[in-house]
Amino acid sequence: MGVGIEVVNLNAWYAANHTLQDINLNIPANHATALIGPSGCGKSTFVRCLNRMHETNPIARVTGTVRIGDLDIYNDAKPVEIRRRVGMVFQRPNPFPTMSIYDNVAAGLKLNGYSNRRVLDEIVERSLKDSALWDEVKDDLKKKSGASLSGGQQQRLCIARALAVDPEVLLMDEPASALDPVSTSKIEDLIFQLKSQYTIVIVTHNMQQAARVAEKTGFFLNGRMVEFDSTHKIFTNPSDKRTEDYITGRFG
Amino acid sequence: MRAGIRTATDGLATGLAVLSTVLVVAPLVAIFVYLIFKGVSSLNLDFFTQVPKPEGVSGGGMANAIAGSAVLLGLASLIGVPIGISGGIFLAEFGRGTKLANAVRFTADVLNGVPSIVMGIAVYSLIVYRQKHFSALSGGVALGIMMIPTVTRTTEEMLLMVPHAVREAALALGVPNWRSVLSITVRTASPGIITGCMLAFARVAGETAPLIFTALGNSNWSANLNQPISALPLEIYRYALSPYEDQHRLAWAGALVLIVLIVVAVSLVRYVTSRGVLKGAS
Repeated sequence: MGVGIEVVNLNAWYAANHTLQDINLNIPANHATALIGPSGCGKSTFVRCLNRMHETNPIARVTGTVRIGDLDIYNDAKPVEIRRRVGMVFQRPNPFPTMSIYDNVAAGLKLNGYSNRRVLDEIVERSLKDSALWDEVKDDLKKKSGASLSGGQQQRLCIARALAVDPEVLLMDEPASALDPVSTSKIEDLIFQLKSQYTIVIVTHNMQQAARVAEKTGFFLNGRMVEFDSTHKIFTNPSDKRTEDYITGRFG
Repeated sequence: MRAGIRTATDGLATGLAVLSTVLVVAPLVAIFVYLIFKGVSSLNLDFFTQVPKPEGVSGGGMANAIAGSAVLLGLASLIGVPIGISGGIFLAEFGRGTKLANAVRFTADVLNGVPSIVMGIAVYSLIVYRQKHFSALSGGVALGIMMIPTVTRTTEEMLLMVPHAVREAALALGVPNWRSVLSITVRTASPGIITGCMLAFARVAGETAPLIFTALGNSNWSANLNQPISALPLEIYRYALSPYEDQHRLAWAGALVLIVLIVVAVSLVRYVTSRGVLKGAS
C-alpha cells in the first residue's frame, strides 16, 4: 500500500546553485500527484530528493525534512533502504542492456541477494502484468534483451522493474516524454490503475497529462513551489497569477 | 551541375575510405601470405610433437615451445587480467577525480611506454637475480606486468562509456554502489573489457625481449615453473639467427604457428563469451 509524503522546508543545491527553495507540501497516499512547471524549475530535483538520488551527484546538497510514511528519510535510514521503498521511473527508458527481460524485472531483488526461483518467477510475472507488458513479452522472457523492446515497451519494463521491489511510492520523472502518443496513453492508463496500490508522483511537461492522471497538482517556478492544490482547481481557477499565466500558455 | 560535384565528392570520399581500408589490411594479409609461403612446407607432425634437434641435425619440432608459450601466457593472464581489470574499475568507478586515480592512470600510461627489454631487465633484477636462476615464473611475471596497463586503460574507457542512466537505474532500485558497479556497470561493459584483455594477450604473446632475461628458453620439455622454459618467440629468434637453412625454415613455421595460435585463442574467447549474449542486447 502507498504511504503519504510530508515535505518540510526542503532546500537543494547543485554546487552554488540553489535549485530548490523552502518547499513545503503534503502528498496524499494512494493518489497520483502531478508536478508541472517550465524546464529548469526544479521539479526533477524535487522528486530526486524524495528517494535521495539527488545526493548521488557529488556536487549536490540538500537540507530539510522528508517523511515517507513514518520514516524521516534523511535522518532515520540509509539511502539504499529508502530507494527500495521509493521506486523511480526515468525520462528515458533505461533497461539494463545486457540483461534479459526477466533479469531486468528481477534485478532489484537479485542484486539485493534474493534468489528463490519460484518466488522470483511469481514476482516477475505479477510485475509485468501490473505494468501491462506481460502479454507482449511472456514468450521471450529469458530469450530477449531488455534493449530489444520498443521505447514504450522499455518504459513499461522499467515500471515493472520498479514495481518488483514492492515500493510504497513510485516517482515518475516525465515517464512519457520520449514516447509516441499510443505508448503515452498506455503509460497513463497504467498510472490510473497503479495509484490504488502506490502513491504516485509524476513530473510532466504535458498539462493535459497532469489533468488526466492526477488528483493533485503542484506548480513549480524558479526553484519554488508556487501553488499546490487539487488538479481541478489548478487548471480551472488557480489562486496565483503566475500559475494562471503558465497554464494558459502565456509563458513557459 | 551541383549534383555532379556532389556525386564526384561522394565518390572521392568513398574511394579514399576504401583505399585506407586496403592500406590497413594489406600488411596483415601480406605477412600472413608470406608466412604461409615460407613456413607451411616445414609444418608436419614432428613440428608439433618433437623437441628441437641439436644444432646441425635436421628435423625436430617446437612442441616444447608451443607448450611453453601456453604456460607463460597462462601465467601472464593470471597476473595481468585480474590486476588490470581491478585497476580499471578503480579508475572509472571508485577513484574518479581523486589524486590517487590520476597518479595510477599516469603510471599505467608510462608503464605502457616502457620498452619490453627494460621490463625484462627489471624482472631479471627483481626475481631472477635473487633466485639465482632463470624461470618460467619470472617470464610469466614480466609478460603479466606488460599486460596490466593495456587492460587497465581499456577497462576504464569501456566503463566510462556505460550510460549514466544505467547506473542511475541500479541505484534507484536500492542496489548498493559496489554491487551496482560489479553486477551492472562491469557487466554492461564486459564485451569491451574482453576485447582489451585480448589485445593485451595478443601483444605479449609475440614478445621476445622480456623472455630473454627471464624464461631464457629450454631445448627440452619443462613443466616446472622454477626452471627455464621454452617459448615460440624465443625459438623463432634463436632459429632465425642460426646459420642452418633447415632451422630458418623451422623459424618461419614457428612464426606461422604463433600467429595462428593467437588468432585461434582470440576467436575462442570471443566465441565462448558471445554465447551468453541475448537477442537484441546492445
